[in-house]
Amino acid sequence: MIIAQQKPVKDIAAMISDCNKVLFVGCAGCVTVCLAGGEKETEILASSLRIMRKLEHKPIETVTFTATRQCDPEYIVALDNMVQEVDAIVSLACGVGVQYLAERFKDKWVVPALDTKFIGGATEHGVWEEKCGLCGDCVLHLTGGICPIIRCSKSILNGPCGGSQYGKCEISKDVDCAWQLIYDRMTALGKLDKLMEIQPPKDWTKSRDGGPRRAVREDVMIG
Amino acid sequence: MKTESKLQQILDNGQFGVTAEIGPPKHSSSEGMRHHAHMLKEHVDATNITDNQTAIVRLSSIAAGVHILDSGIEPIVQMTCRDRNRIAMQSDLMGAYSLGMRNVLCLSGDHQKFGNHPTSKNVYDVDSMQLIQLLRRMRDEKKFFSGEEIKEHEPRFFIGAVANPFADPFEYRVARLEKKVEAGAEFIQTQCIFDMERFERFMEMVRARGIDERVHILAGVTPLKGWRAAKYIQNNVSGMIVPEELVQRLKNAEDPKKEGVDICIEQIKYIKENIKGVHGVHIMAIAWEEVVPEIVERSGLYPRPKVN
Repeated sequence: MIIAQQKPVKDIAAMISDCNKVLFVGCAGCVTVCLAGGEKETEILASSLRIMRKLEHKPIETVTFTATRQCDPEYIVALDNMVQEVDAIVSLACGVGVQYLAERFKDKWVVPALDTKFIGGATEHGVWEEKCGLCGDCVLHLTGGICPIIRCSKSILNGPCGGSQYGKCEISKDVDCAWQLIYDRMTALGKLDKLMEIQPPKDWTKSRDGGPRRAVREDVMIG
Repeated sequence: MKTESKLQQILDNGQFGVTAEIGPPKHSSSEGMRHHAHMLKEHVDATNITDNQTAIVRLSSIAAGVHILDSGIEPIVQMTCRDRNRIAMQSDLMGAYSLGMRNVLCLSGDHQKFGNHPTSKNVYDVDSMQLIQLLRRMRDEKKFFSGEEIKEHEPRFFIGAVANPFADPFEYRVARLEKKVEAGAEFIQTQCIFDMERFERFMEMVRARGIDERVHILAGVTPLKGWRAAKYIQNNVSGMIVPEELVQRLKNAEDPKKEGVDICIEQIKYIKENIKGVHGVHIMAIAWEEVVPEIVERSGLYPRPKVN
């Protein structure tokens, strides 16, 4: 899932400093699971800003709503009436949700409450780690199910580099060396010989380097 | 700020500047570049050295600069943001300066999709606007981009950037040019002008904002070898406009190459005489460097001013 984290409240406050009535839109998708932009966080953020603005003697009126998903037009239609009265919309979704709102509500000032961080999952309650680099051309079958694109700090395909020591990456003692993990797992699976193949440079056109991506499934398109 | 750039001296003196372009080869010999440089050296004030243009791997622009300098022309080293991060950029800039180069032109660079390594990554760690700031910071503040002090021998380049009056959104192109001047650009070379009417409108807006008084603008011109080249650019090159009448004029010409040169000369004369705020021309004779001396002479821009 997409992992996001809330921006500092003062930064969000600055984005809407000239607004009197603001709609806060949460998202029940990924950002609810990672505790960044669900219903609870939306209510807390709205009330934090109300308190903040009250203390500044510039009270603000807030409206809150949590969409099933902000990355789906059908779930933001419900906002059509709510947006009429407000000066701005604060989205607590990932960057996709913010853009869907901005696109639908063309005359509204739409701002992000979250920083969209990465694709990953929880490793324990309150800790999330990056697992996928969205390269568009998965290589996990070559690397024992451990992604070298995003979990190796250099995205090396034929690692490890000379900076790997005691299982850790040269950038930090807190970062595991992905290639140590790959080596250990391939050894355990008895597939170390697979690592002897020199992996060629990737085709980065399938990643962001090829320009904005689009996926099409003609078989499920309607009309 | 005064640098050791001769191009800067000429432009700052108020003389109409002339620059051309030399594209490094797809091999490791300097012979062709030296040949072109010798051919151009009396007729231009400086030549751009393109940086892996259209994302095709070519001999390094900085290495080419050494050959050009050695052949008697002042190089303008082009640096794109596509292939280097800020570490490599600063390193290469200091290297270029140590080798005698005094002018840099900052560009975004064509996307690698158009080149001979379309599956490569692109960098764009800093963009062309930020690259101008990076050069300024090194020169004027004696600091690396990070803010760390450059204790001695900071590179002191004359800093150039580009503007494309033929890309969209049209009005914003002028604002973005101003932004480049704010960032610290000291000379501007424009994309090839074929649509003179649009360039005039662009320059009107430039003058209205007083940008021409803050930066030296060199108008880009390109002699076309024939109507097919014109048609190709018209249909296939993003951010360029070729009016149909120009295609037709080349099509109807008895000697299309001569016609292409004539058109280019007419454009230069027109720009010089009629469009205020233009301080020079940049002649991009793509794979046709040998025609530049004739263009310069027949445009009344020869001999070139002598500077120390």
